[in-house]
Amino acid sequence: MINNNIKYLAVLALGLVACEPEFDNPIEDAGTYSSGEADFSNYVALGNSLTAGFADGALYITGQENSFPNILSQQFSKAGGGDFTQPLMSDNVGGFAEDTNTFPPRLVLAFDAEGNPGPERFTGASPSTSISANLGASFNNMGIPGARVYHLDFAGYATLNPYYGRFAQSPTATVVDEAVAQNPTFFSLWIGNNDILGYATSGGIGEDHNETENLDPSTYSVEGYDITNNNVFAGAYSGLVAKLAANNTEGVLLNLPDVSSLPFFTTVPFAPLSPLDPSFGPQIPTLNATYAGLNGAFAFLGVPERSIQFSTTGASPVVIKDESLTDISAQLVPVLTPSLGAAQAAIFAAQYGQARQATAEDLLVLTSSSIIGQLNENRIAELVGFGLTPEQAGQLAVNGVTFPLEDQYVLTPAEQASVEAARTAYNATIEGLATENGLAFYDVASDLAQAANGGIPFSGGVISSDFVTGGGFSLDGVHPTPRAHALVTNGILDAIEAAYGGNLTRVNPADYGTITVSNEVN
Amino acid sequence: MRKLLLLVLFVSVTMVTYAGGYRVSVQGQRAIAMGHTGVAVINSAELVFFNPAGLVYLENKLNVSAGVSGIFTDVVFQNEGLGTSSETDSSVGTPLNLYASYRINDWMSVGLGVYTPYGSEVTWPTDWTGSHLVNNIDLAAIYVQPVVSFKLSDHFSIGGGPIYVTGSVNFNRNASRTTTDIDGNRSNITIDDSGVSNWGWSVGAMVNLTEDFHIGFNYRSEIIIESEDGVATFANFPNSPAAPPNGDTSFNAELPLPAELTVGLSYEHEKWLFAFDYNRQFWDVYESLDLTFGNGQTSINPRNYKNSSVYRFGLQYQATEKIALRAGYYRDETPVQPGFFAPETPRNDSDGFSGGLSFAVTSKLAIDASFFYLRFEEVDESYDFGDGGPFGGTYKSSAFAPGLGLTYKM
Repeated sequence: MINNNIKYLAVLALGLVACEPEFDNPIEDAGTYSSGEADFSNYVALGNSLTAGFADGALYITGQENSFPNILSQQFSKAGGGDFTQPLMSDNVGGFAEDTNTFPPRLVLAFDAEGNPGPERFTGASPSTSISANLGASFNNMGIPGARVYHLDFAGYATLNPYYGRFAQSPTATVVDEAVAQNPTFFSLWIGNNDILGYATSGGIGEDHNETENLDPSTYSVEGYDITNNNVFAGAYSGLVAKLAANNTEGVLLNLPDVSSLPFFTTVPFAPLSPLDPSFGPQIPTLNATYAGLNGAFAFLGVPERSIQFSTTGASPVVIKDESLTDISAQLVPVLTPSLGAAQAAIFAAQYGQARQATAEDLLVLTSSSIIGQLNENRIAELVGFGLTPEQAGQLAVNGVTFPLEDQYVLTPAEQASVEAARTAYNATIEGLATENGLAFYDVASDLAQAANGGIPFSGGVISSDFVTGGGFSLDGVHPTPRAHALVTNGILDAIEAAYGGNLTRVNPADYGTITVSNEVN
Repeated sequence: MRKLLLLVLFVSVTMVTYAGGYRVSVQGQRAIAMGHTGVAVINSAELVFFNPAGLVYLENKLNVSAGVSGIFTDVVFQNEGLGTSSETDSSVGTPLNLYASYRINDWMSVGLGVYTPYGSEVTWPTDWTGSHLVNNIDLAAIYVQPVVSFKLSDHFSIGGGPIYVTGSVNFNRNASRTTTDIDGNRSNITIDDSGVSNWGWSVGAMVNLTEDFHIGFNYRSEIIIESEDGVATFANFPNSPAAPPNGDTSFNAELPLPAELTVGLSYEHEKWLFAFDYNRQFWDVYESLDLTFGNGQTSINPRNYKNSSVYRFGLQYQATEKIALRAGYYRDETPVQPGFFAPETPRNDSDGFSGGLSFAVTSKLAIDASFFYLRFEEVDESYDFGDGGPFGGTYKSSAFAPGLGLTYKM
C-alpha cells in the first residue's frame, strides 16, 4: 500500500519535471546564428549624429538607445557580439544645461488650441546634461553629432565639439584613434553627411569648395555652411578606413543619401501663398498692380522670366532671391525712376535685382515655414533708415511676398547641383574604398531614395519621408526616427551577410517608434 | 494635413483580453484522472457538473465531492528571424470544485455545485515583444449551480438547473508596439473588474441500457459576461491631446463563456470501467472582443473562434477494495483559427494525459488524487490584427495539474 503510494508520487514528480515545454529547435542553442567571417566581439561605431542617435534636434537617451549601432549590437549579441556602450546623455530632454541656445531641448509634436500639430521644443523639464563634465571613458558608439569627415581624425576636435568633449580622453585625442585604441573587431563608418548637409540646410549660404578648390578644411566655415572639397573628402575618408581596417579588421561602410529628399527640404511647398488666406488674398490686386511696374522693367531689360504675379484662384509661389541670377539692380534704377522717383527706384532695384518667383525646382527649407508671409523686422528697420515711412516699409518687408526670401531659406537648383555633385563624388570614394578593403558596403542612399519615392513597406505599414506622418524622419526633418534606424540596421545586416556570410537576426520596424507627442511646451 | 496627422497620431488603444480557449477542464478529481470523462459515469457527486441526470442513480443518500487542482502552466515563445524569445512566468492556478447531492426520495435528488470551468492566468515579462497584445491576464469565472435530478424509470433520468456565474478579470497590456511617454516608458492599460455576474443553465439525461452500460447527454448554456462597472487604468501615455489621459476610467466589455454539449457512454465490466465523452464547445460565439472606454477610446479585437471538439477516453480499475486506479487521454482541438492566435492563452491542438487513484479511508470517505499533463503541439502562428501588423512566431506550451479531493458518501 505504502509502496504503491510512493510509486504514484514518483509518477507525479516525473510529470512535474516533464512539464517544462521546450522547442524542437530553441534559438538559444549555439549555432542558430553565426557571424560568418566577421567577429562582432568588440564593435565600434564611428560617424556623426546618425551614428550617435541624434533625433528631434537633440541628443537624448531614448534616441541613443534606438540608434542603429545600438540596435545592430543587439543583433550581434546573438552571434558572438559583446557589450556595446554609449555615451548616454543624462535625460530624455536633450540639450546641454549650460547652453540651451546652441543646444536646445528636443522637439516634440504639440497641438495648439485649434488642434493643429506642429513641432515645438519640449519644456517639461530642463536639460540636465553637463556640457563640460567628462564621462571618463571611451565608448563603443563614437558617433559625434555635427562631425564632418575631416573632424574624426582632427586632434583638438574635442575642444570644438562638446559632444566629443564629454568623453574624449584628452583634448588632443582624435575620434578615430580612440576608436582604434579600443581594439575593435568590427566597425561601422557612416560619415560625410555633414560635409554637404550644412550647406544645404543653410540654403546654400556657404561656399562650395569644389568651386573654390580650397583644400584646407581649417579655413572652412566654422558654422559648417560649406561643401567639403571632394579631394579633401577622399583623403580624409581613406585615412579613416586605413586606420580602422588595419590588421584586417572587418567593418561596414555606409554611403550618403540624397539630402534634397529629406523632409527638411520637401515639406514647405514652393507655392504656399493661398488666395484664401485672409491676410494675403485681399492684397493680391494691389500687389499685382505694384509688381506690374517691376515686371515691365524686367521685360524691358530682357528678363521677362523674372516676372512676379500672384494668382487669385490658386496658390502662388513665393518671391525669392536667387544668387545665381545676374544682379540687375543697377540697370533697374533708371528704368524704375520715372514711375517711382529716384529714392523708391533705388530701393526697389536693390530689393528685386536678383528676385524671381520660386519654381517647383526650388527647395524651401523647413525653417522658412514660420517666416513666410511674416513681416521682416530687420528689413523694416533698414527701409525706415532709407527714409520710408513705417507703413511703406512694412508693405515692402513681407517675407516671400514683397521681400524676396533670403538665400538661407531656399536651396536653388544651382545649389542643389553643387550638393549632388559632391555627394556623387563622395559616394564613389566610399564604395571604392569598401571594395578595395574588402569591407561590407551598405547603399543606404538607395533605400532612403525609396522612402522618399513611394515609401518602404513593412509589416505594419509604409515608412516614407513625409514630415511627421511618414514615420521615417524625426521632427527636425533631417534625422531618422527609431523606425528608420531599424530599417538602416536591417540594411546593414544584409550587407554584412553579403560580405562575410553568417546568419544574423533582423528587427521588425513595427517595434520601433516614430515621433513623440507632448504638449509640455510653453 | 491636420486630419491625416490626427489619424496617424491617434494612439490606438486596442485591447485584447482573455484566451484562445479559456476553458479549463478540472471539474472533478475522479473525472480528471479519467481524461475528464463523466457524462455517463455514475460514480460521485461530480455528476452535478458532468450530468445532473445521473445523480438520482447514486447509491447513497448524501454524496459530497470536493477537490482542488494546482495548475502549472508554461508557455514559451520564440521568433527565429527576429531572434526574440520569451517565457511566461510559471503561474499556478488553483481551481476548486465542490459538489453535493442528496436523494430526497426514490425518484428525485437535488444537488449543488461550485466549479470553475473558465479561467486563464498568463504572465509574460512586462514589455516583452508581444506586450501590445498582453502583458498579463488573470481571468476567473466561478459557477454556482443548484440542480435537481428525476428518475423517470430505471433506464432513464433527466436533470438540470440554473447556473449563477460570478467572474473577475485583471488584464494589462501595452497600448501599442511603440507608444511611450517622453522618457520611453511604454503606455499601457489595465482593466480590472470583479463580481461580474450572470445566469445560465444546464440540462442532462442519462440512459441506462443495462446496469453496466450508460449513455449520457449534457448541455450547458452559453453565458455572456458583461462588464460595466470595472476600472480601466491608463498609464504612461504622453501628455498630449493626441493621447488619452492617464488615470482611471470606466470600460464596457462582453466576454462569452461558450455553451458546451457532451454526449458519452460508460461501460463497466468486472473491475474495469471504460468511459468515452465527446464535447462540442460552441466557441463561434466569440467573434470579437470589443471594449469601450469611458474616455472615449474603443478597441475592437477580432477573435473569430470556431466551434471545437474534445474526445475523451477514461479507464478505471478497481485494484483492491480500497483502491481504484484511473487513467485517461483526451484530444482537445483548438477553437483558434490561423491568423487569430493571440498570446493571452496560446492554445492550439493538445493531447491530455491523466491518471489518478482513489483510496477509501473508510467506507464513507475516500481520498481522490489526480493529475493531468496537457501537451500542446509546437506551432508557428500569428495574430494579424494588432498594432503594427502581424505578431507571431513559434509557441509551445504545456500544463500540468496535480489535484487532490475528498469523496464522502453516507
